[in-house]
Amino acid sequence: MARKVLTLAEVRDGALRNVSFEAISAAKTIAEGGEVVAVVVGASVRSFASELIAYGADRVVVVEHEKLATYTPDGYAQALQAVVEQEKPEGIVFGHTALGKDLSPKLAAKWQSGLVSDVVAVEETGGNIIFTRPIYSGKAFEKKIVTDGLMFVTVRPNNIAPLEKDESRTGEVVNVQVDIKDLRTIVRDIVRKTAEGVDLSEAKVIVAGGRGVKSAEGFEPLKELANVLGGAVGASRGACDAGYCDYSLQIGQTGKVVTPDLYIACGISGAIQHLAGMSNSKVIVAINKDPEANIFKVADYGIVGDLFEVVPLLIEEFKKLKVHS
Amino acid sequence: MNIFVLMKRTFDTEEKIVIQNGKVSEEGAEFIINPYDEYAIEEAIQVRDQHGGEVTVVTIGNEDAEKELRTALAMGADKAVLINIEDDVESRDQYTTAKVLAEYLKDKEADLILAGNVAIDGGSGQVGPRVAELLGIPYVTTITKLEIDGTNVKVVRDVEGDEEVIETSLPLLVTAQQGLNEPRYPSLPGIMKAKKKPLEELELDDLDLEEDDVEAKTKTIEIFLPPKKESGKILQGDISDQVKELVSLLHTEAKVI
Repeated sequence: MARKVLTLAEVRDGALRNVSFEAISAAKTIAEGGEVVAVVVGASVRSFASELIAYGADRVVVVEHEKLATYTPDGYAQALQAVVEQEKPEGIVFGHTALGKDLSPKLAAKWQSGLVSDVVAVEETGGNIIFTRPIYSGKAFEKKIVTDGLMFVTVRPNNIAPLEKDESRTGEVVNVQVDIKDLRTIVRDIVRKTAEGVDLSEAKVIVAGGRGVKSAEGFEPLKELANVLGGAVGASRGACDAGYCDYSLQIGQTGKVVTPDLYIACGISGAIQHLAGMSNSKVIVAINKDPEANIFKVADYGIVGDLFEVVPLLIEEFKKLKVHS
Repeated sequence: MNIFVLMKRTFDTEEKIVIQNGKVSEEGAEFIINPYDEYAIEEAIQVRDQHGGEVTVVTIGNEDAEKELRTALAMGADKAVLINIEDDVESRDQYTTAKVLAEYLKDKEADLILAGNVAIDGGSGQVGPRVAELLGIPYVTTITKLEIDGTNVKVVRDVEGDEEVIETSLPLLVTAQQGLNEPRYPSLPGIMKAKKKPLEELELDDLDLEEDDVEAKTKTIEIFLPPKKESGKILQGDISDQVKELVSLLHTEAKVI
């Protein structure tokens, strides 16, 4: 059954987030041959349309307004309402990001519809679209279908492969005019606490440190390793509580949930709350002095040793590999 | 100030998940107040202590949830409400929960509604914003700081590690993020007092709702455990050899580098 499906694209630091392309890919599956329309919202965002088309959007709807420069639920809901009324889609796919998590339930409530959030896989079966999502912090999974109303979905970053980028694809780009009014929440300031560069929730490689890192300086070799691999640095709650790094790096039950291709845990014991945030990573490497550490139970590869000895050696080896390939 | 907290009783995080007859088995499991809801309860108590008023904790569940409601009362909440829809509504999801809560709240003239930003069992993170939308009030999710001055409100919101400073006004719904406060443990006098505090029980009928009004919009068709991970490979030998082997394995076997 062909469906028309919208996706909401997200711009961060002047670029489209990867999850926007993953949402298009999910929307393609849901659409079952129907049209996929990417929506991009902001003050001046038309320039992103061609990249959305290259990643598989059949059309792009651009909503521009100075009051949409910063995300607010009221502003974005008004923009999306105008688009939904015009496009009459059967489904809308968001990234499971701070924005997607905040906005999608409001819209689902407005349209008296179901929302399947934090989706990690989408299957078409010829009948219902089946969504897979983690429950109990990834200790189990459920498969869900939407039984009534518009189909609202948020997709977890790094789980649904984007379509191959094809610059030769073409598609229509249209503007939708909206009057944005009565914003009941105003963003006065944005305090940047995360490091510039690779976004933790979307990183393909994460090098994470725990109490074993011992100090803020102890994170330096981890940062270098992450740099060499084009990845991001994360931390366990223990390392954050000890003041070695900012809470914005925390991975776990409280903190971020990540699913990179490669997770390198350095001096992390592997408390259940930490595992909840990273155990679904594709490949896990554990480096720990304690051979009994829990982290080895979820690791694909383990090195029992001192991270301050192992990590610098790893940096050298990865550098060599890079030169050869 | 008229303050409400939306609370959920959840599985303890440490529990092992066992699936029986297509459902997560609750046999012998420990239950707790959803940890994010604990932040909401603590914040509600602090706001009341500063600005006056009353804190009512509301949950949807069965009679078992009375234990967690009493805990919230022991922490310092004034009243508790248990909305039991288990016998009335067969198919339930976040749409159901939000609709029932909004129906309960709509004539309560709430100034401030607090909830956790996500429950650690289902992990949907939907109910707070849905309730605000149904009530027609603004909301701010994942907050780490709340300052109220008259009807003006200043909120700090966690946005994937960055902070947004937001201005808004009452009535308002907020969802709590870790870092908002340090939830207190119930004191012994608190536990004694909690036994005498009012705990109201409601059913769907009491809210003038029919099953059709709140029936789920989504359906779970299967619950399964992740495939058992084969035990990993602990490398042996000289550290520098181990490192070489690891890099080679990541490159050729795991193919992630």
